Amino acid sequence: MSAIISVKNLVKKYKNAQTNAVDNISFEVEEGEFFTFLGPNGAGKTTTISILTTTLSKTSGEVKITGFDTDRDSSKVRQNVGIIFQNPSLDTNLTAEENIRFHAILYGLYPFRPSYELMPQSYKKRVKELSEVIGLGNELFNTIKTFSGGMKRKLEIIRSLMHKPKVLFLDEPTIGLDPLSRKNLWEYLKTVRKQQNITIFLTTHYLEEAEEADTVCIISKGKIVSLGTPTQIKNTLIDEYILIDADNRNKLTKELESKKIKFTGNGPFKIDIENKNLQKLIQDIKTPLSMLKTHSPTLEEAYLEIIAERENNLSS
Amino acid sequence: MKELNAILTIAARDFTKLLRDRGRLIISFIFPLIFIGALGGGLQANIGKQVGFNFLTFTFTGVLAQVLFQSTASGIISLIEDRANDFSQEIFVSPISRYSIIFGKILGETLVSLTQAIGVLVFGFIIGVPISISQMLLFIPAALIACLFGGAFGTIVMANLGNVRSANQIFPFLIFPQFFLSGVFNPIKDSPPILAILSTLTPMTYPVDFLRGLYYAGSPEYDKVVLHPPIVDLAIMIGAFVIMLVVGTYLFVKNERNR
Repeated sequence: MSAIISVKNLVKKYKNAQTNAVDNISFEVEEGEFFTFLGPNGAGKTTTISILTTTLSKTSGEVKITGFDTDRDSSKVRQNVGIIFQNPSLDTNLTAEENIRFHAILYGLYPFRPSYELMPQSYKKRVKELSEVIGLGNELFNTIKTFSGGMKRKLEIIRSLMHKPKVLFLDEPTIGLDPLSRKNLWEYLKTVRKQQNITIFLTTHYLEEAEEADTVCIISKGKIVSLGTPTQIKNTLIDEYILIDADNRNKLTKELESKKIKFTGNGPFKIDIENKNLQKLIQDIKTPLSMLKTHSPTLEEAYLEIIAERENNLSS
Repeated sequence: MKELNAILTIAARDFTKLLRDRGRLIISFIFPLIFIGALGGGLQANIGKQVGFNFLTFTFTGVLAQVLFQSTASGIISLIEDRANDFSQEIFVSPISRYSIIFGKILGETLVSLTQAIGVLVFGFIIGVPISISQMLLFIPAALIACLFGGAFGTIVMANLGNVRSANQIFPFLIFPQFFLSGVFNPIKDSPPILAILSTLTPMTYPVDFLRGLYYAGSPEYDKVVLHPPIVDLAIMIGAFVIMLVVGTYLFVKNERNR
């Protein structure tokens, strides 16, 4: 597979800023991949996505989207990408259909017509199909002022897919949405991804959204601090362990020492299970246990640890 | 063809917005009516006889050009508002030329201004401003030129304003002095040298004088009212339009990307 997004030594320093907002980052995203950019506020996520989508100039480095340079061939890059911005970019004075029509004509898909009735049949069919997918129905012809946040987001996604982009950029798309709307939106995105084999580049605060990604890139203060699959990130940074305890802690301590099982703590006792057969380990312990807890790391724990470590390194 | 379609759809959006915003539509008629009715009527009654031309007609022609110029210029500033509302992102990430975006915006605001100008014209008829059919026909190209010129002026101003707040604060300072320096309500034919220089440097002077040049052509008042031959006004506006549009668009796009 080839890289559909290629970023090499990207640097962005804003005017009058002391430090780089994006500080020499490099990564590649392959076609069809679900790539997540994760980081705290001010990490450089939106700056990066703005450069990748040609709305912000870079200070140095090389960025190619679908093989086109974002500076030299910005128009071709824009033709090949769809973008869902952090803040909704719909015109609330227009109807849902007018917002879609505006986009479709801007991207050269259809000639300009002043009303829906005058648009080609192919357009009407496409819009009807898409509106059914998100359950817009007759609301398609209402101004979107009354739409819920979730509905507006779905409309933006529909709109961004009209020109069949190869890469869909989503900049914190679920921010401000209630849990149900978030869930619905992700189900819809999963369907779209399956149907169109589209590459998804997501920036998010929500760790559970990143859990489903093919690749997670954690960025902090403009630098990449971790890059890999969610499993790789969890495995390399967080230990899997069990916590055990017994009413007779002395006996348990002696048994663990005699069987050369390494542990930490004075009770409960923490035993790393890295490369160990968990079942055999538990069977080996004969002292009656009053507690047995297994600890499997989540991406959230890995993320918090990585960010904390980075903050510590910078402050020391 | 793709660029033309994009220009038309950007323009149609602005016009649709105006038609849906009745409050804005009504307000946009009120100020010109106050200027013409109260100011023009009052000046005509008091000093009209001394100056040797009808002040109501003079104010009417001035306000008509001013509305067209100012309304289009203010409309372009709304791109800054779009940016604050993040709608402009949708436009600026589309694969069309930046010049098409600005030109589409100017065309859209021109349609908005022309709608307002129709209201002013109707008011002119009601209060008895004499307008012949040939003058009406000449108003059409004059109105279009005033709008396009105002749009280019709006572009270069917008390119140098960072946000909605600074636009709201600075734009009135750039517009109100032009009312007086361009002679919308006041004769400027015989001005002191400094004011004459400032009037020459004022963009609004040219659409106002151009429209009056066409309206008063062949009339005895022409020499008392009109500053330059219409062809001179037109040449200046074409030159300034190209410069302001190209430089304004370049600066706007540059400032947008180079943050």
